[in-house]
Amino acid sequence: MSFVEYSEFIQEGDVAIIFLGHDSMMPVKVQQGAQTQTRYGVIRHSKDLIGQRFGTKVTCSKGGWVYVLHPTPELWTLNLPHRTQILYTTDIANITMMLELKPGSVVCESGTGSGSLSHAILRTIAPTGHLHTVEFHQQRAEKAAEEFREHRVGHLVTVRNQDVCKEGFGVTGVADAVFLDIPSPWEAVKHAKNAMKRQGKKGSGPMYSGDKPGQVGSFVGWSVCVRA
Amino acid sequence: MADNGDNDSQHRVNEGDYVVLKRGDIYKAVQIQKKKKTVFEKQWFFLDNAVGELYGTTFEVVTGGTLQPRKPKCVESSADAKEAGTDNRNILDDGKSQKLTRDDIETLKEQGLKGQEIVQQLIENSTTFRDKTEFAQEKYIKKKKKKYENSVMVLRPSCRVLAMMYHGREPGKICHLRYDTLAQMLTLGNIHAGSKVLVFETCAGLVLGAVMERMGGYGSVVQMYPGGGPVRAGMESFGFPSHFHDTLHEFPICHVNALLAGALDTEAKDKDAGGQEKKVKMEEKRKKLAAAAAVLEGRNADGLVIASRFHPCPVLLGLIKFLAPSRPFVVYSQYKEPLIECYTKLREQGGAVSLRLTDSWIRHYQHPCL
Repeated sequence: MSFVEYSEFIQEGDVAIIFLGHDSMMPVKVQQGAQTQTRYGVIRHSKDLIGQRFGTKVTCSKGGWVYVLHPTPELWTLNLPHRTQILYTTDIANITMMLELKPGSVVCESGTGSGSLSHAILRTIAPTGHLHTVEFHQQRAEKAAEEFREHRVGHLVTVRNQDVCKEGFGVTGVADAVFLDIPSPWEAVKHAKNAMKRQGKKGSGPMYSGDKPGQVGSFVGWSVCVRA
Repeated sequence: MADNGDNDSQHRVNEGDYVVLKRGDIYKAVQIQKKKKTVFEKQWFFLDNAVGELYGTTFEVVTGGTLQPRKPKCVESSADAKEAGTDNRNILDDGKSQKLTRDDIETLKEQGLKGQEIVQQLIENSTTFRDKTEFAQEKYIKKKKKKYENSVMVLRPSCRVLAMMYHGREPGKICHLRYDTLAQMLTLGNIHAGSKVLVFETCAGLVLGAVMERMGGYGSVVQMYPGGGPVRAGMESFGFPSHFHDTLHEFPICHVNALLAGALDTEAKDKDAGGQEKKVKMEEKRKKLAAAAAVLEGRNADGLVIASRFHPCPVLLGLIKFLAPSRPFVVYSQYKEPLIECYTKLREQGGAVSLRLTDSWIRHYQHPCL
């Protein structure tokens, strides 16, 4: 399993999505000997998960059943542990298209946040692209890096714990696309320009920025679209 | 790896490239061919001078129909204190404010005056211009610019640009698929490099091209098609490198039931097909059919995308059988009623989870376009 490549059978170390019913899902780290409690009973990883096909119906100890699904960035977005407010699939889809992301794209992103958009970007740019993501909060940066490793996408991403407005993305002249979702995106604009690939004299590639205030549940669609 | 300034040939236009011309919000997909007249927004010109220039360059169309790269100069600022009025109480809309006649303007055009200069002439010859408020003046200038502008930008084709183009120019050809809806489909369908995707579309090949762009030449795509043959015009406009085409298969939708029943005959027949050429062609066709059938038979596709003018129900129920377990599928329809039917049938049939029926929209905010 990886978030950028499908596989058929569940293995130890995989992340699987347990589908319990209408709008009810949970992520699970598959481990030998481990157990997961659900409202339908216990799922024993060794017996019920490892070696089974993704998409299998699993009967739990109390008699009820669940489906075990292969993870995708979209399912992850609905199930990931929130450390920050996240972007949901509708916006992610538009961002992906507007930034013209495709396999091989090099993308700079800040802030990493909870990694919702990051996973979607990684899926789209694999296997030859790279994501440079910057998060100024140390614990969030570490947690994101850990998740990328667990999800087998670590080779496609570099997480930097720094302030993008002061120190930039840590790379210059490489990005096909830059995404900013930070409190003061205008302070990072010149770093964004430096990170972008040179195209003759101009920086190239589209740039998109979204911004949300601290209010939970409301999205401010304030955006700056710059195309060089 | 950073790009150095001198090796930017990958960013430059070459002859034979598929590009998209842009003026304002109008797009048109064309192929660069020297000495060939192209028409765009009621203007005729040759694209020869675009070859060798960077993608994203804006050109002026000069007399004779040649393109000239526009020098990036600062837009003349209205910082100089312009004379302006306070309101329109004394402005009469009698159609006599503009002193230049239509013939005068044609003459100016023939003299080779640039769009900006024509607008300047119009302002100078308008008796009411200085009585307008600042906002009215800006509005006037913007309107005249739009009419007399003759610049063309040359863009690299991409899903975003082509989807916007088709939606603006020929929405009927793409079942009125909005570009933001297409974006949703690609993401929700988890279309990515290395997967095996089935596509059934009647959107001129736009959806097929969008899927192929997201696959980057890795994996495989099987295009199911109605009628005699697959439509790929939209896909061609993407200008994919030739190896992308190696990943593309096609299969006629009318044979799906036979394939599912195991009754599809792809064996070579020794028929008197009459003529060597015809035999070769038929053999090629048979080989392609057999290859596509082999790809489908495994029933292990990773994704399914449906976007057509046909009722989606039978298509979906048939093609879903080729999908491996735990894989997403996306169905677009111009109308929601057929989708409700699909949803209901799938719920009855079972075997599909997390079904969602959605509508999407995009709002254009009022913000300055930089």
